[in-house]
Amino acid sequence: MKVAVCVKQIPDPAVPGELDPSTNTLNRDDKLILDESDSFGVELALQLVEAAGGGSVTLVSMAPRSEVSGLRTALAMGADDAVLVSDDALAGTDALGTAKVLGAALGRVEPDLILAGVESSDGYTGTVPEQIAGVMGIASVTFAKKIEASDGMLSIQRQTDDGYDEVTCPMPALVSVTGGVVEPRYPSFKGIMAAKKKPVDQVGIADLGIDASAVGFAGSRQETVAVVDAEAREAGEIVIDEGEGFQRIADFLAELKVI
Amino acid sequence: MSINSIWVYAEGSDVPTALTLEMLTKARELSSDVCAIVGGDAAAMAGALGAHGVSKVYATGDLGGSLPGIPVASALAALIDGGTSPDAIFFGQTYEARDVASRLSVMLDQPLVTNNTDARVDGDTLVCDEPVFGGTKTLSTAFRNEGVKLALFRPKSFEPAETGGGAAEVVSIDVPESGEAKIVARHVEERSGPQLDVAPIVVAGGRGMGSVENFAMVEELSSLLNAAPGASRAIVDAGWVPYAYQVGQTGKVVKPDVYIACGISGATQHLVGMKGSKTIIAINKDEEAPIFGVADLGIVGDINKVMPALIEAIKSAS
Repeated sequence: MKVAVCVKQIPDPAVPGELDPSTNTLNRDDKLILDESDSFGVELALQLVEAAGGGSVTLVSMAPRSEVSGLRTALAMGADDAVLVSDDALAGTDALGTAKVLGAALGRVEPDLILAGVESSDGYTGTVPEQIAGVMGIASVTFAKKIEASDGMLSIQRQTDDGYDEVTCPMPALVSVTGGVVEPRYPSFKGIMAAKKKPVDQVGIADLGIDASAVGFAGSRQETVAVVDAEAREAGEIVIDEGEGFQRIADFLAELKVI
Repeated sequence: MSINSIWVYAEGSDVPTALTLEMLTKARELSSDVCAIVGGDAAAMAGALGAHGVSKVYATGDLGGSLPGIPVASALAALIDGGTSPDAIFFGQTYEARDVASRLSVMLDQPLVTNNTDARVDGDTLVCDEPVFGGTKTLSTAFRNEGVKLALFRPKSFEPAETGGGAAEVVSIDVPESGEAKIVARHVEERSGPQLDVAPIVVAGGRGMGSVENFAMVEELSSLLNAAPGASRAIVDAGWVPYAYQVGQTGKVVKPDVYIACGISGATQHLVGMKGSKTIIAINKDEEAPIFGVADLGIVGDINKVMPALIEAIKSAS
């Protein structure tokens, strides 16, 4: 089975994010890392290929400056190869434009199954996976927490507000997966060394037959017109616990008439 | 072109969801012509939708078990391509609506703007507000496309209000594509106690609880306060508690009277989901944790000391 996994390389979430003042888009100038929420898709892909008795796992990513750090992490987990779309014309691309680019890149891979995270940890629109499926004209299931594949069909447990639905879907299909569905493996030393030699096919938008006017700031047809500080909450009382912290909470709850 | 008519993607089984009614109220404020879209049978909801200002409901009828993304979007695209088009469509940031909006965005080749908590008409276009960086900043995005504007809204963004109108007229619409992903069975995980998104008190735990066993303290404190237990994404991802517990960007948005955050550092993803709480109490060992930036009372200390003592104090007080 041929599985492709959409992975996003994002600014380190541990570092406070900031907007580029000239464009009002997220500053991505520093080194980018693998979005942790995509590691679940990578792990699931590896497990599905093992269960199918063979196949391949190809990563597909779009990132500025030919960034590969996050891809190397996923390759070290065991993915076989990667396609990276990197092009100066892509700065400012919106969700739909991103889906068009990734859809074109995925079309070259011709996978049976495409996995993606439900939403990225930096932009979190949560629409790109379903939009990719739309661009490619294939079936899709979002919010999957369990996936089984056999005879060209997928059986999926799809998260709902109050439980889950069992969903069936023929391949090829795109499935977005929630966090926590599997325990992503840690790359071994051997895996990390091997990842350095794994092929990363770097392409630009011209290679994908995409016109620069359809992507980037020009193609996004939406514009950030203002960024303002939100109304801040009034600073609260901070107490260093020296044994009486619990009492302060109990007193406060009593003041609020909760107890 | 201006924003003269707005459609709202209505969700709910017998009654519309709170988010649906919130969006209808906002839509009515921005436009005099408000219609609803229902992916399914609309008969049961027509009364409540009408009471919230909807004149007409476009309904697909039963989807035969299909996930709604493709069938509902294809029905809307056919309607819009056929000349019956609103200036904007509002969707909730929910499992189903995200799929419908995403598919429709591709079918119509129109952009969408997500995660909004407010919207206004500016000149001839729509401008939406999205909280970013844990809600410390608000980003305003203007649509610059010709044609329908697709906007997605987060729960609890607006106060729903009735207009007292009669039942809305239900109009059946064709579904050109049924979609191949089918629901074959549904499983409901029962949760006892108050519902997370409406409970007046929420006690939530995060990675700082240390272990899944320690999460029992969150459950115990919740039951003592008649609160709903919640969790950060970190421990849902770690498999400690089911997804239904999750408070945050993904998961539930809560606005209780009192929110008690236990061992939660306050990642952006979490803050966005609980920052609207009236009073916030936080316990965390790291003085620098962002959660203290929004807390009315913050205790810098060890969960394993503070929580058991608090639980005992509340028990002896009652």
